Amino acid sequence: MYDLSVITNWIHELLLSVMPGWLATTVECVAIGVALLLVYALLALFYIYFERKVCAAFQCRLGPNRVGPMGLLQSFADMFKMLIKEVIRLKHIDRFLFALAPYLVIIASMLSFAVLPWGNGLQILDFNIGIFFLIAVSSIGVLGILLAGWSSNNKFTLIGALRSGAQMVSYELSIGLSVLTMVAFAGTMSVTGIVEEQKDLWFIFSGHIPAIIAFVIYLIAGTAETNRGPFDLPEAESELTAGYHTEYSGIHFGFFYLAEYLNLFIVSGVATLLFFGGWMPLHIPGWDGFNAVMDFIPSVVWFIGKAIALSFVIIWFKWTFPRLRIDQLLNLEWKYLLPINLFNLVLMVLVIVYGLHF
Amino acid sequence: MANIQEKITKLFPDATFEEGEILLVNIPDAKWHDLAKCLKEDADLHFDYLVTIVGMDWKDKFGCVYYLRSTTDNVQISVKVTTEDRENPMLHSVSDVWNIATVYEREVYDFFGIIFINNPDMRRLFLSIDWKGYPLRKDYDMSPENNPVPRENERQEDVTYTYVENENGKVEKKTITLFEPNDFVVNIGPQHPATHGVLRFRTAVDGETIKKIDFYSGYIHRGIEKLCEGLTYPQTLHFMDRMDYFSGHHYHHALCMVYEKALGIEISRRAQVIRVLMDELARIASHCLFLGTYCMDLGATTMLFYTLRVREQILDIMERTCGARMTFNYGCIGGVMQDLHPDFVKDVKALLAVLPANIKEYNKLFIGNVIAKGRLENVGSLSREDAISYGVTGPSGRASGWACDVRKTHPYSIYGELDFEEVVYTEGDSMSRTKLRIAEMEQSARIIEQLIDNIPEGEYCVKVPKVIKLPAGHWFQMVEGCRGVFGVYIESDGGTSPARLKLAPPCLPLANVVDHLTRGSKIADLITIGGSLDYIVPDIDR
Repeated sequence: MYDLSVITNWIHELLLSVMPGWLATTVECVAIGVALLLVYALLALFYIYFERKVCAAFQCRLGPNRVGPMGLLQSFADMFKMLIKEVIRLKHIDRFLFALAPYLVIIASMLSFAVLPWGNGLQILDFNIGIFFLIAVSSIGVLGILLAGWSSNNKFTLIGALRSGAQMVSYELSIGLSVLTMVAFAGTMSVTGIVEEQKDLWFIFSGHIPAIIAFVIYLIAGTAETNRGPFDLPEAESELTAGYHTEYSGIHFGFFYLAEYLNLFIVSGVATLLFFGGWMPLHIPGWDGFNAVMDFIPSVVWFIGKAIALSFVIIWFKWTFPRLRIDQLLNLEWKYLLPINLFNLVLMVLVIVYGLHF
Repeated sequence: MANIQEKITKLFPDATFEEGEILLVNIPDAKWHDLAKCLKEDADLHFDYLVTIVGMDWKDKFGCVYYLRSTTDNVQISVKVTTEDRENPMLHSVSDVWNIATVYEREVYDFFGIIFINNPDMRRLFLSIDWKGYPLRKDYDMSPENNPVPRENERQEDVTYTYVENENGKVEKKTITLFEPNDFVVNIGPQHPATHGVLRFRTAVDGETIKKIDFYSGYIHRGIEKLCEGLTYPQTLHFMDRMDYFSGHHYHHALCMVYEKALGIEISRRAQVIRVLMDELARIASHCLFLGTYCMDLGATTMLFYTLRVREQILDIMERTCGARMTFNYGCIGGVMQDLHPDFVKDVKALLAVLPANIKEYNKLFIGNVIAKGRLENVGSLSREDAISYGVTGPSGRASGWACDVRKTHPYSIYGELDFEEVVYTEGDSMSRTKLRIAEMEQSARIIEQLIDNIPEGEYCVKVPKVIKLPAGHWFQMVEGCRGVFGVYIESDGGTSPARLKLAPPCLPLANVVDHLTRGSKIADLITIGGSLDYIVPDIDR
């Protein structure tokens, strides 16, 4: 497996040779920031296109096919439309909070974006409590949604925001507990550490029953956390028009839109990290030839490919199931997922203590 | 019929009778409320379903004709109540006897200015609250200066009025506020994705729970009844596609039948078969669209495309024969506008071949889905008694256990000879309303199967006079539309245009019952319940 940290170290050395250390660090920070924004925007555009094509296939349609070959440029065109649209100034709103809300949402998703294990040696933020940091920053998003709903001074957005608050706070428990289960299995909170642990076998295989339970719960809770169907109550179109972002327009709406798609990637990315080995190639113990072939596929491709495959499943949910009702949604979390999760954590601890895993 | 007459005469000696296709009872206003109670509660009479209230202006007096039906033996009766006071016409309300009367009386008040004493909600129903005059009165001044196009927002009121008699027999006006001062009122509509048109529900909520809904309509009121009074009989037919746009064929059928009945025209067997075929094809298309949009309301967008697939096929068949995909305008007095397309039989057989597989798929994808079950089962349960009292007919009424299919209770056209079942469920919840429509699609397919191979030869339209004049008199006809019972009342004074044409659509009661069904449910249930009732707004507003 080629270690990409060789390249990053080489860039670091190169910069140090021409400028002082503090400047080199600043230049690197700016460069990484720009790269992050670029990847962020490109991935969002890809996801918009991807979801449209997938849902079109489910619905016996063609999807975008006019702008560019196979409609590839459709999401670029949409992005430019979004950028040049007027940001409508509303009366009777809390201006400051109204403007702040989309930034909070996008900051939350961007910070979590930085923690993902992009490739061998390609972590942007890598420290010993990586997973903990990820859960902490991803919770900022709900604040933005609550503020957006409240500051719009509109009854629909308010109901949307309250639903969202109830939903995200509840499902964060499930996410936290299933992550905790896997952290217990890995024995570390560091993102690199977790990936390294899965060198021989991904956790979904080595952790067998408790890992699979944790994965299913994580996928359900993650779908709910990203406000996607069948858990898209905060923006239930047929009930609350567009929910908390009804009053937003132009680039501010674009931020919510981007963040929604990127959260989808982040949820699948974290699932990849915890259950499918992050950027680790598929290794089967004993099959050395196979493992060697797998190693030739670059780690970045492994990570992004796995994340997109998981996103496909989440998109599949959305275009198949009807929406839940708020009380059913909370019932599902508090009466089913949470107790199962707690039980699963105990089960995982037993598996670890008695060494029942592979 | 005779013993009904005897019974009423014994209890109410003031009543007089007019024989006709439906027995008509004349009763003075003072006795009307007692008679209404007796008609509904007497075990032998049991007229528990109020079909419609026809407001009338006979120039010398105002009045209402009430059409009643018994749900035990499906006997019909009509009652005429009049008042000679043109300045301040007042009648007694029967809203406490039949729930649906509340909204029907509002409609009469809106168009004729007849005040109903004791009706809890005497507001206008369709016209704006500042409208001057009552448009269906014969002396109404149509000049635009009276009601200019408004340049400002429509005035809104949060109060309603009721008129009650005090001890001295004097009528007092009382004001009632619709919502409590601290209610959180959410405006669902007039522009909202789930109201299926411009309909408005002012919804008082407590958190996610609905406390009360005030249903507010009239945004696309076109005054079809008024317009028809200035048009010739064949011209009035064209409005029938523009009410419930999925039941265009059924509504045409109803109006054509009532004219043919009045004129004594016997139409050819071929025309009758074509009409029935078109009715049933339209019913399948309508139920398909219901299912698709309903699933979309519930967030399952993909189902819409699966149901539209079948509907497209039906619309293609319609297009080839009628020349249109939406406003078909196919029925005419004496038969149908043009003959069937040569490929009609082949196309319909192709449709019948794919339909069972599609229905199976719908059941598998949506009805069997665990989330759909959770959203639909035991949500918005309507009891049989309430369905009758609120006049909820069609698939929604049958889901509550009320066998109200006009094709079975009062067979018209050739329905009497056809072999099909009236699907009736008893649960009355949203799930049974949905399942019942799917089952009805199967029954409609069964009817089409019986007819498609034996469409008789003959003329598709019989010769009718160039200028159509109905003899003086009045007629009433009901058909089973896609959403329920559609009634037409026509009164003629012997001229070339109707003196009064009353359309009794099924969707007004459906929208009216939403408040009753949603109290105490969640906001999301409003969408579920409203969607499962499947009202069409142009049909409410006319």
